[in-house]
This record gives sequence, C-alpha cells and structure tokens, in this order.
Amino acid sequence: MDSILKISHLGKSYQNAGRTLVVLDDINFSISPGSTNAIVGPSGSGKTTLLGLCAGLDRSTTGSVELNGIALDKLTEDERAEVRNRNVGFIFQNFQLLPTLTALENVMVPLELRGEKNIRPRALELLDKVGLADRGHHYPLQLSGGEQQRVSLARAFSNQPKILFADEPTGNLDAETSEKVEGLLFDLNRDAGTTLILVTHDLELAAKTGRIIRIKGGRVAEDIINKHNA
Amino acid sequence: MPEYSPTPTKMSWSWLARMAWRDSRHNRSRLVLFISSIVFGIAALVAIYTFQDNISRNIDSQAATLIGADLSVSTNKPVDKAIKPLLDSLGEERSVERSFVSMVYFPKNGGTRLAQIRALKGAFPYYGNLETAPATAAKAFRKNGRQALVDRSLMLQYNLKVNDSVKVGELTFLIAGVLNKAPGQTGISSSIAPIVYIPLDELEKTKLVQMGSRINTNYYYKFADAGAVDKLAAKLDNRLEKYGLNYETVNTRKANTGRAFGDLTKFLSLVGFIALLLGCVGVASSVHIYIREKIPAIAIMRCMGVKARQAFIIYLLQIVAIGLIGSLAGAILGTIIQHFLPIIFKDLLPVSISTDISWLAIAQGVLLGVIISVLFAMLPLLSIRKISPLNTLRMSYENVNLLKDPARWLVYLSIVLFVILFTYFQLGSFTGSLFFTLGVAFAFLLLTLAAKILITLSKLMIRNSWSYLWRQGFANLYRPNNQTVTLMVSIGLSTAFICTLIFVQGMLVKQVTLAANASRANMILFDIQKEQKAPLGQLTVGEHLTIIQVVPIVTMRLSALNGKEVGHYRKDTTSGVNPRIFSNEYRATFRDSLTSSEKIVSGKWIGKATDPDNVPVSIEEKFAQRNHLKIGDHLQFNVQGMPVTAEVSSLRSVNWNRMQTNFLVVFPAGVLEDAPQFYAMLTHVPSERASANYQQAVIRAFPNISMIDLGQVLSVLDEIMGKIADIIKFMAAFSILTGLVVLISSIRISKYQRVQESVLLRTMGASRRQIFTINALEYFFLGALSALTGILISYGAAALLATFNFEVPFTASAGIAVGIFAAVSLLTVMIGLLNSRGVLNKPPLEVLRRDI
Repeated sequence: MDSILKISHLGKSYQNAGRTLVVLDDINFSISPGSTNAIVGPSGSGKTTLLGLCAGLDRSTTGSVELNGIALDKLTEDERAEVRNRNVGFIFQNFQLLPTLTALENVMVPLELRGEKNIRPRALELLDKVGLADRGHHYPLQLSGGEQQRVSLARAFSNQPKILFADEPTGNLDAETSEKVEGLLFDLNRDAGTTLILVTHDLELAAKTGRIIRIKGGRVAEDIINKHNA
Repeated sequence: MPEYSPTPTKMSWSWLARMAWRDSRHNRSRLVLFISSIVFGIAALVAIYTFQDNISRNIDSQAATLIGADLSVSTNKPVDKAIKPLLDSLGEERSVERSFVSMVYFPKNGGTRLAQIRALKGAFPYYGNLETAPATAAKAFRKNGRQALVDRSLMLQYNLKVNDSVKVGELTFLIAGVLNKAPGQTGISSSIAPIVYIPLDELEKTKLVQMGSRINTNYYYKFADAGAVDKLAAKLDNRLEKYGLNYETVNTRKANTGRAFGDLTKFLSLVGFIALLLGCVGVASSVHIYIREKIPAIAIMRCMGVKARQAFIIYLLQIVAIGLIGSLAGAILGTIIQHFLPIIFKDLLPVSISTDISWLAIAQGVLLGVIISVLFAMLPLLSIRKISPLNTLRMSYENVNLLKDPARWLVYLSIVLFVILFTYFQLGSFTGSLFFTLGVAFAFLLLTLAAKILITLSKLMIRNSWSYLWRQGFANLYRPNNQTVTLMVSIGLSTAFICTLIFVQGMLVKQVTLAANASRANMILFDIQKEQKAPLGQLTVGEHLTIIQVVPIVTMRLSALNGKEVGHYRKDTTSGVNPRIFSNEYRATFRDSLTSSEKIVSGKWIGKATDPDNVPVSIEEKFAQRNHLKIGDHLQFNVQGMPVTAEVSSLRSVNWNRMQTNFLVVFPAGVLEDAPQFYAMLTHVPSERASANYQQAVIRAFPNISMIDLGQVLSVLDEIMGKIADIIKFMAAFSILTGLVVLISSIRISKYQRVQESVLLRTMGASRRQIFTINALEYFFLGALSALTGILISYGAAALLATFNFEVPFTASAGIAVGIFAAVSLLTVMIGLLNSRGVLNKPPLEVLRRDI
C-alpha cells in the first residue's frame, strides 16, 4: 500500500446564520505508512478540523478520506467507530482520559472493545513503558498533567494502531514535561512502526517529524519534506 | 478501492456492564439521589397494593361476619302476606330485624339525637358478635324485656353509663350495654347514624311504626349447608324481586365490599401514581443534566470505537440498576408504611385488617418503578446516540433537534401508552384511563406552561437599577442546564394538590355553615302526622321559633310507565328503564310553586292541576336521565290504593346541598290534598341551647317525630370530611415529599455549577454573606414562583370542582393561599440553603478540589 491516508479534494464548510463558512477547501495529500507528519498552522486555520476528518470523527462536505484503504465518507458513524478501534490511536491536548476509570482501565478499554483476552499484562507493559507501572490503580484526577498524558500515550498504542493522531500533545504541559512526553511519543511510535500525524502550532515539535504540512486559510499552503527525519 | 465490509465486534454485555459499573464510580451517590425521586411514589403504591391485598384477604376470611348470617333478605316496604310463609320457612335458624331512623332521648341529661333504631328478634348474628360491654349484654338485652344496646359514640357524647336509660318513641329502655361494633358497621356509619338496639317485641309499643315511617325489614338466616345458599338465593331471586325483596349472601356481600374497597384503593393508587409520575419528571431532568456532564466521557469512548448503541446501553444499564435500587427502597418503605394504613382507614373499614407483607405488591411496585424510571430516563438517554466523538477535539456540542428524532416520539408514545395501560388496570375502564392520562398530561403541560410564563414575566421584571445580588439571584433561574421548570412543576403540583384539597374542604363546610346563618332553616322535623301538625306548630311558636315551611308528603308507588307495567320493562332490557323504579316507594309533595333550590330545565312548570285524569308532574332532572324519562311520558301512580294518572310536564334541577326538603316527584296543587299524608317542617333555631330545648320539648310531646339539626349535621360533616381529608392528605404527602426530594436532588446535581460560580465570585472578592444572599434569593424566587403556580392552578381546579362537581359557589380563602405561599417559599429556601452550605463554608480551592 502506497499510502495509509489519502486525502482528495477535501472540503468542510458550515452553515451559520444563512452564511456558508468554509473551513477547509480542496485539501489533497497522501501519508506513507510508518511516516511521521505534522500539520501546522495558526489558530483558526482549520488544522484541528482536518485532523477530525482524517481520523473519521467527522464527515467532509466535499472530497474524500481514505484510511488504510477504507473510504470513510461512505461509512456510518458506527462503522467509522469500528475503523477507529481497529486502525486509529488518539492523543489529545487535554489528555481526555475517562475520569471514572483508573489509569490501567483507561489503557485496557480499546483492547476490551475489541474483545481481546489477557489484556491486563499488555496494558501493564505499556504503562511500564511510559514509566507509570506503579500508578495503574490511580484515577486521572490523582495524576499530574504529564502523567495523564503518558497514560494517554499508553492507551493510544494499546490497540496497536496503524495511524496515530495527536492533537497538540504537549499543549497543556510545561517545557520539561513536554520534552519527556515528546520523547516517549516518538520512541513508542518508532518501536510500533505506527504512522504519526501531529497537529501543532509548535514548530519545534513539528520539526521533529519527517513531513510538515502547513495549513493557512483552510488550504495547504506548504508541504515540506524534512529530510533529516524522513 | 475495495469496499469496506466491517466485521463488527460482538457486543459483549459483560463488558458493557463492567463499563456501566466503572463509569458510575464517583457518581453513585448522585445517581441514588436522583433516583430517590421515585422512592416515595413507589412506596405509596406498594403500601396501597399491600393494603389492597390484605383487604381482599381479610374480607374473604371475615365476609361471614360482615353479614352475620348465611343469607339476609331485606325490604323497605311492608312484607306481603303471600311471601311471608316462604320467609318464615327458610334456613335452620332465623332472626328478624326492623330498622329505621328516629330520635332518642336520654332522660339522664335531656340529650336528644337522631339514631338508627334496630329492633331485633332471634340469635343474630350467627357469625361474629355484637361487640358489647359488658359482653353478656349482647344476648341479655333480647331476653330481659325493655333493655337496649347503645352505640359507643352516643354513650360518650351524652356521658351515659350502663344502666342509664334511653327513651325510644314512647318507651324507656334500660341501657344494658355499650355497643362497640355491629356486623358490617364502620366508624363513619356510626358517626352518621349511631345504632340503638332494642328487642323487636317492644317495637310496637314505642308507637314509632306509623304513617310515613320508613322502615327496613331484614330477615337473617343460618343454614346447615351454607354452601348451597347462593344456589338457593339465585333460585328465589325472581320471587323475592316480585315482592320488592332484596337478598344478600356471604358471597354477594364479599363481592360488594371487595368492589367498594377496590374502588377506594384504586383511587388511592392513582394518587400514588401521580406522585410517581412527578418523581419521574425529576428523574428525567436529573438524567438530562447527568448526561450533559457525561458528554466528554462519551465522546472519548466514541473516539476509541464505542458505538452509539453501546454508549447508550452503558448508561441505560446504570439507570436500570439505580431504578431497581430506588424501587426496592420504595418497596421497603411502602411495606413499612402499610402498617399505618389500617389505622388511618379504621373508620371506613368494616373488617379488621392485617398488615401482612405482600410479595405480589412488592413485585408490582419494583417492576413498575424500573419500567417507568427507564421510560422517563430514556428521553435524555436517547441524546447519547447523537453525541459526536468530535467533542474530544472541541467542545462544540451541537444541540441536535431531538424533536425530529423518531425514537424520541416512540418514547413519548410509550410513556402515554404505559400510563393509559396502568390506569386501565386500575380503573378497568378505557374511557376512565384515557381521561386520567389526558388530565395528568394536561396538568403537567399547564404547570410547565405556567412556569415558563412566570419565568418569562419575571425575566422582564429585572431592572438594571436593582442591586447586583437581586439581579444575580434572579438570573440564576435561567442558568444553562437549570431545572427551574422541573422544580416548578414538581413543587407546584404538590402545592396545587394540597391547596385544592383545603379550598374544596373549606367550600363544602362553608356551604353548610352558610345555611346555618340568618333566617334560613337549620332544623328539619319529619314524620309529622296529620293530627300532630297543629299542636307541633303551637309548640314551635311557643318556643319563639318561626315556622319557615310545612311540607306535605304523600307516599306512592309507580305502577305503570307509558301504559306498560314492570313485567314489560323486565323483559325489554333495551328501554333503559330500571324495573326497580316500580318497586321503590316515592315520597312526593304537592305545591303551586317552585322552591328556591329548584329550577326548570325543560318543559313547563304547572302549579295547579286542571285535569284530574292527567296530572302534570315535575321530575328531578337526574332521576329522569337515569331512567330515560322524558317530557310527555305518562306515569301511573298508586297513591296508597288510589290510581293517579300523571304526565311529565317538566324536568327540574335540584340543589340537593341546600338544607331543604327536596323531592324526585312534585305534584301540582289540587290533586293530592285529600290523600293520606304526613309532613315535614322547617324552622330556624338561633342557638345550640335553643335547639336542645326545642328538641327535648318536641320529643317529649311527639316521640315519633325525628329532627335533623344542622349544627349536628355540620359536626358530623366536619368529622367525615376530616377523616377523608386525612386520607387524601396522607396520599398527597407522598407528592409533597417527592417534590422535596426532586428539589434536594436538583440542588445537589447543580452543585458543581454552583460551586464554580461561587468560587469565581469569591475569587473576585464576593463575601460569604453576598453569596449566601444570592443563593437565598434564587431559592426564594424558585419557591415563590412554584407556590404561585400551584396556588393559581388550585384556584382553577377548585373553581371547576365547585362549579361542575359540587355545584356550590366558588370561594377560596386568600389567607390560606398566603399561608401556603409563605410556607412553600420558606421551605424551599431552607432546603436550598441547607444543601448548599458546603459551598459557602469552605475555602474556594478546597471546594474545587473536593467537588470536581
């Protein structure tokens, strides 16, 4: 397969008070399997909307999204949920852990959803990889921001996703913690051979990826291959 | 590109249950709190169902003691000689009782009272006992000559002791014992007409059996083979009916009593059901807020691949579980409460009621609780299916137009169908259940509408010139996710319930009190014989009382209707004419004008008869409706042997609530003047003392004359109304408690929001006192608006009941309304502040850390 993600003529617009608000317009790119990519752009440029469409969280107005060979636009929301569970991992700026589940349970959920057995050792192994083996029984509220994001990393890799979407993964963390989380993210990604798509306005973080797609005014303004990391 | 054909992962129920359990962590106390809204509704229903179960069990086991015999045959007219041999030959043992209403006089203190005289011969009751003190008196009074048993309430009222005497008609009896209970007697029946037993052999000598006396004769039989009685009675039915005799067996009494109490408990269970519905509105509202708060968690799950249906089931399982817990708690509470029901109902019950646990009632209550809480919670639960995973990236929860969601309409339909079905099983009538459902829906809609209008009006009232605290207190009513309307509906409905009850009670008592005022009649004397009319008049005038009206009464029977006799109507069941109208004895009067309580509703009133062969009579409207009588119908009356042909010339509406002599049939002047007749007289006594003196004077001179004193009627009415009101208040209390629980749970549920607001305000420098004032004002507005809505609705309901049901002028005490308004507002403020004190007393950071 040439590309794990193929975006063709993608557009997204909203109707607001009788006016059409175009957020994304004619976006085209393909992502190779195992690559690391960053979508950058100023606030309001449409990068988060683009991530939502790429990950099958939303439907486009025009164009198509093909993820791991599956045309997402033709699927129902439940079918897209199935695709997400089998192919996609997420990391969010505000961690998005389930507050009523312990760290270990949060990591186990994607696997439980797939009906897999003996998942506890795997989840514990992942927690160990992110340095939180002893915090598995803690609830998100009992963890610091950095720890929560590390649990979130363990959860994102637990279902061995083909593609990982990270929305401003260090946006809510201080510099020191950010560095640790970034390191873990790239290490885990490399070990698992996952395709990584980062959405960020942090150019230093973007520079650590192999490709930078810059969005401006809802269009691809620049698509740069970073030879150092590609 | 290949088509994606998903191989969906199997939905694992154990995983869903595990997720439901995990997700409920940290929320369980809140979940239990808002499901507690249904606890009182379920408790009310389980208590009533258990009571109902115990009643039917106890009626079954005690039915024979209700009637006191295997068979009773009764009539209110003289027994025909032709049937006498049969009546005297039935059964192995037989007793005869003749009963009527008459005045009794207590020489010890000069007290007089209208009582039910029962003259008894034989060993009745054959089952159960006449409960007397001393116990031997029950048998002794029948053997020892002039002895009587006197009802306990009379003994207490007139401070009498055993061996005092009571005068019945012209005979004085020694009181052999206190009658504590007679078969089938209830507390209320003894309040209305307390019983005095005398031996039948002495009846004639009392000289109370004469013209106009309405005497019931009861024959009681005991059979060796009690099992064959129903068959025998059914065989005799036609013969007995021919002679105007009715019969009752243990089984028919069982069915009748069971039906009567079935109706009562069904009515009460509907009142309980309203409390449950009220609680369910609270559940729906709480679940709505709960789900709103769960949007981020649901969105995360959806991101990870949880399907809409799975997310929906996770929360549905939580609701089913807490619905079950709430219902079980309600069932336990109901089982405890049912122990008190026999005490509350004791004056209405003819049998003693046990308080056994009814597993059936518990099962019914729990099932009902789970179904109805799930049905109501389903409305907010449905929105889960529409929660987009996009909410993880951006909290842009779009308010999907849920009204377009067919599933939502399906839930609405299910709720309506469920209410109809539930009430159908209670009432046994589809029309009744439809009306109940419509009525409840209308009340809820009306309350919602009234609440919304009041909120809008108060919104318009806010002025910028008001202090910040007032404006903030008011504005809190419109905060996002507010439960203002829900609270106003639940508190408003409870207020409306109680307020209507008090208004109606007040109106009915006032109606009778009004009649006691001024120169209106407040005493009726009846059974006055022709020769007593003049001396009674003199005695009355001698006591300085005014004779307001003397009404002649002529007894008669109907022998033919439109030329056809009873036999025809027995065969022709399509005519709608009840053959019993031929066996009833009519007490008619004659006069040339209408009274103030009558109004012609159709036809023409004719006050003077011109053609003696076709007398124009006026029939009471509802009696005519019941028996399909219309203007122009020909009636053949048998006036004590004399045939009189009449034609229905008018139909009258009669206000039966007036203290007046009212009649079903009124003849014009010029026909019945010479017929055998007796009289009723109306007078006005100015005081209780004058009434007592007058009654004593009348009873001494004319022992057969009975008197109804309005003062006494008032006190009996007050007593009965009080007893009924206690029962309704007891049931209404469940609605009020539900309203309070909904209030508490709503405040608790919105605590997070309040904490945030308060912390923000305190961070900006607001003092504890200022926040306290804002909260107090908010709860005051809430309580005041709810109370106002409830009171306004109760005014409407009481006015409708007054006009259409009780047909009395509508009056409502403004003082009571103000009192209820103040009480409800104050209670709301108190509960509100008690539940938010945690927000006020702790430092902002501590509160934030603990509550979030």
